[in-house]
Amino acid sequence: MSSQDIPEENLPAEQDNAHGGVGVVDEKNPFADPGLPPHEHRVQDIDERAAKRSERAVAFLFTVSMLATIGFIAAYVTIPADKSIFVFPLGHISALNFALGLTLGAALFCIGAGAVHWARTLMSDVEVADDRHAIEASPEVREKVFSDFRQGAKESAIGRRKLIRTTLFGALTLVPLSGVVLLRDLGPLPEDKLRHTLWAKGKLLVNMNTNEPLRPSDVAVGSLTFAKPESLEEHDEDFQNEIAKSALMIVRIQPGNIKDKRELEWSHEGIVAYSKICTHVGCPISLYEQQTHHVLCPCHQSTFDLSDGARVIFGPAGHALPQLRIGVNDEGYLEALGDFEEPVGPAFWERG
Amino acid sequence: MKKLSARRRHPLAALVVLLLALVCTGGLYTLFAPAGKVKADETAQSLAIDEGKKLYAVGCASCHGTGGQGSSDGPSLVGVGAAAVDFQVGTGRMPAATSQGAQVPKKKVVYTQAQIDQLAAYISSLGAGPAVPTKNEYGPEGADIAKGGELFRTNCAQCHNFTGAGGALTKGKFAPSLEGVDPKHIYEAMQTGPQNMPSFPDTTMSEQNKKDIIAYLNAVNGDETESPGGLELGGLGPVSEGLFGWIFGLGGLIAVAVWVAARTAKAKKS
Repeated sequence: MSSQDIPEENLPAEQDNAHGGVGVVDEKNPFADPGLPPHEHRVQDIDERAAKRSERAVAFLFTVSMLATIGFIAAYVTIPADKSIFVFPLGHISALNFALGLTLGAALFCIGAGAVHWARTLMSDVEVADDRHAIEASPEVREKVFSDFRQGAKESAIGRRKLIRTTLFGALTLVPLSGVVLLRDLGPLPEDKLRHTLWAKGKLLVNMNTNEPLRPSDVAVGSLTFAKPESLEEHDEDFQNEIAKSALMIVRIQPGNIKDKRELEWSHEGIVAYSKICTHVGCPISLYEQQTHHVLCPCHQSTFDLSDGARVIFGPAGHALPQLRIGVNDEGYLEALGDFEEPVGPAFWERG
Repeated sequence: MKKLSARRRHPLAALVVLLLALVCTGGLYTLFAPAGKVKADETAQSLAIDEGKKLYAVGCASCHGTGGQGSSDGPSLVGVGAAAVDFQVGTGRMPAATSQGAQVPKKKVVYTQAQIDQLAAYISSLGAGPAVPTKNEYGPEGADIAKGGELFRTNCAQCHNFTGAGGALTKGKFAPSLEGVDPKHIYEAMQTGPQNMPSFPDTTMSEQNKKDIIAYLNAVNGDETESPGGLELGGLGPVSEGLFGWIFGLGGLIAVAVWVAARTAKAKKS
């Protein structure tokens, strides 16, 4: 706040002289405490009728709050939970939710608004100055506390009965260990779990929609299919852990349009299988554009070109999506010809 | 003849064509009655193909080629099937205003359903493809909404959002909102994969799967869908809700606090 904002009467009297340049400055104390400005009254302090109006306003708000609470209880008891009403601009919403929210909101708001109005218009607004006091207690109080403590220690005999003292210290030292031991659940270290998935030679590619193994003729050009390894079922205990690594997206590209030589070798008649896990931070990535063969990650917009070895063409991802080498078994079903060559997901292992 | 072709988009044109087709069918039926119903159906079909070919020559051939073989301005239509035509023309995406731009948006439909059926008949005569689904296939009977939700989250939610609110793709392309889209068109889009959307053919996503997905969408994003909590904020998930809470909720509270403190309670206003 600059000095221009301070009303004239609040400024120390000396300052006028100082600014004038000709007056005499009080040399003993040029920054004397100016004290509090004179107290100003509110309308309610001067006019009893205004004070009555404020009182009625506060009481009115509190009464509205009471009625709203009663309304809340009534709404809870009477409105069925599945009743729906149309309220502009909210649309079709649950009548019960709307009524409960409205009444509880009104009840709480009116208490708050009433309290604020009460404090601003009727409660005392006289400025009060209170000096700080010493933090230390008086000598008598200190002496009493110390003597009480000594007496207590003596009566408990903690100094005399050394067995109790020692075992107590032992118990108190050991108790925190139970908390420390629980931290073991953070381990064990993953070891090579992140380097391997369930895919292995001969594992069939199972369609996640139908839970049936896929045949090459099922996968049309321009289609998108998601697959999981055979024998992994959704009710398995480790399903989420395993699918997080082995989720697969399968697309079919005209073999002539596949630019990467290895991709073509690892495909079956243009059917290519890529990991669904982004190599940036591991988001599931399957925003496949069938005309451009681009796959976009929704998290950070990394874009991969599935017709060119899933090369990164945009975004923060560090390397191409891992491709799964696939073929067809004797019965005509698509099968994996091994695990992914490199670990799926984020590329942290390349750094250490 | 010129006069007739000038009125081909008259609202009653479809009715006239339909009546004509009926009269011809009826006439031919009496002629070939012993040949049975199949023959009559075939005749009606070939009439529809002829009409569709005429419509195609006027409205589509400039981009897709005179025989549907495609050109630099539009893809080949051989083998796309009646379902693709019914989707593209039935949602107004085709005829497109231009072959430029990121993608062709939904707009006002310019053909009547009868004309669309004729176009579809002509295109499907060029090469076999998915047929227009019947109400039986996309209707709500026998659909499992919960299963549809699972399937939608596995196959569709990455682009169309969890409740079909739509989302952005690369370079100006986007997955449109599915709110208020005719179930028939949703079914056709899954089957044919329009523009950059991949297709989900019956071989990998069964008819029952598609029916379940449509039932799910109708439950979470239909005309009558309730939003029990009130403002759904586009159904974009916790980000939009959090942003709304921070900006309007907290912002409103701060504004009220500033307003209360800015007004002096003193009798003498300074």
